[in-house]
Amino acid sequence: MTASAAAPALETRGLCKNFGALEVSREVNFRLERGARHALIGPNGAGKTTFINLLTGVLLPSRGDIFLDGEDVTSLAQAKRVKRGIARTFQINQLFRGLTVLENVCIAVAERLGVGGSMLRPAGRHADVIAEAMRLIEMVRLGADAGRRVVELPYGRQRLVEIAIALGLNPRVLLLDEPAAGIPSAESHILLDAIATLPKDIAVLIIEHDMDLVFRFAERITVLVSGAIFAEGTPAEIAANGDVRSVYLGTALDG
Amino acid sequence: MAVSFTAAEQLARRHRFQWWETLPWIAALAAFFAFPNYLAFATQVLITILFALSLDLVLGYAGIVTLGHAAFFGAGAYTVGMLASHFGWTEPLSGLLAAALVAGVVGLVSGLVLLRTHGLALLMLTLCTMTLLEQAANMGAAWTGGFDGIPGLSFGKILGLFSFDVLYFRTQYLYVLTVLLICFLVVRMLVYSSFGQSLTGVRENLLRMHAVGAPVRIRLVIAYAISAALAGVAGGLFTQATGFVNLAVLGLERAAGVLIVLILGGYGRLYGAFVGAVAYMVLEHFLAKAYPTAWQLGIGVVLVLVALYARNGIPGLAETLRGKRRSAP
Repeated sequence: MTASAAAPALETRGLCKNFGALEVSREVNFRLERGARHALIGPNGAGKTTFINLLTGVLLPSRGDIFLDGEDVTSLAQAKRVKRGIARTFQINQLFRGLTVLENVCIAVAERLGVGGSMLRPAGRHADVIAEAMRLIEMVRLGADAGRRVVELPYGRQRLVEIAIALGLNPRVLLLDEPAAGIPSAESHILLDAIATLPKDIAVLIIEHDMDLVFRFAERITVLVSGAIFAEGTPAEIAANGDVRSVYLGTALDG
Repeated sequence: MAVSFTAAEQLARRHRFQWWETLPWIAALAAFFAFPNYLAFATQVLITILFALSLDLVLGYAGIVTLGHAAFFGAGAYTVGMLASHFGWTEPLSGLLAAALVAGVVGLVSGLVLLRTHGLALLMLTLCTMTLLEQAANMGAAWTGGFDGIPGLSFGKILGLFSFDVLYFRTQYLYVLTVLLICFLVVRMLVYSSFGQSLTGVRENLLRMHAVGAPVRIRLVIAYAISAALAGVAGGLFTQATGFVNLAVLGLERAAGVLIVLILGGYGRLYGAFVGAVAYMVLEHFLAKAYPTAWQLGIGVVLVLVALYARNGIPGLAETLRGKRRSAP
């Protein structure tokens, strides 16, 4: 424990991923500190979602290593990494659409508490699972919608269910893949509020195109271009970086 | 806050028995007294309900699309038949347990291989498994009786008390009804458990289920094996109730028939198997009487109507109508 106490929550060393001749991740050395509020930005096709898929174990890297709390998790399967504390949300909602919000979060909480395979007791009798799920649903302010089926909710609120499910896994590292994607700007404040109230001990990495959200949320920003880290620094440093402005921010802000 | 309290309360109460859940069982008992001359047919309906219920667990809840579920029905039916004819093992209850065990093992082993695939590949592989078993039963004539099957089986008294009623099927009907009730309670327990909830999760979104760290394939294989064991019980009951077993228990016709039952009754809804089996078999029975050469046409027309207007089966039709009325101004 003492050795890992100083280690970052998540770290990659020399991470590479090729799809045939196409290099989508190139020598990525990345550190996500404990309790960090970190944003990953970059133009479309920069390899941001691939990077998340490498971190979560959906894809295996061609080269390089991934460390969670100083422990090498490069070869661990997705489910094992979840148990170690990496949770994610998806760019496009991946929810149990026919089930209620509460049932959605309960499935995640039940898996975390190790009762997802329990057959003899009705799901409704796992009072601890339900209570924990309700707590998280209240945290993202969906309490009034807990009994509604996900498919009946407006898209912005469905995005919050994504976050509640990820929190249900009690993560130490939370990866948010474009949480504001598809939300009308009038509703984006509910998402900002939810992100602002995330527990401080969770390290959060956010991928986002909404610069307003990025600069309000992040304490540190990494810019990814063509699969490689192009720049990294505080929001002020990134905003002042002329190269970044020309490759990315300029087009994003003007467009 | 009041609303969210209701949501949690609702989930906590969902598994409790509702008064209307007694209706199918009362109807089944009423049928025993009302149609004493139809009990042989009614026993077949009950066996089909159990078979469809087992399919609903994998198809309706876990979303595993299979065309070969008769493989397990047949495994159970032949187990009971061969035990009785070759070993004189005619005690009914232990025969059913053996049927469940054999079918469950076939489900477990084939599931470990099949459930690596999805969609069309899975559909074809389930069909292949059933065809392989069918051919094995056809060629292993020394054990299975080959094409002719094993006729003229007789079984011992149930619990050493009740002997099978060859003429009127009274004992068989009540025996099958009791086994159906027990199996139903098992399936009901499963679908309301966290395990059942996770199967629904797999059906609704596989990607998300992996992302919450669920051991998806293990869950599916377990569900598949349990479903196979229940189908095996249904097959075992078939052999015991009718006193014979032949290749028809393993055929595509039976596998497709049970799928139609579930589509008619609606899948993923526990009682769909009951509604579907009664509707399908009664329809088949009377159409075959009225139009001996063209009865399948009638089934076809009903299926087209259900596919067009009642996506969730006959019970779903009632819900759709109710929903329409509510949304009307």
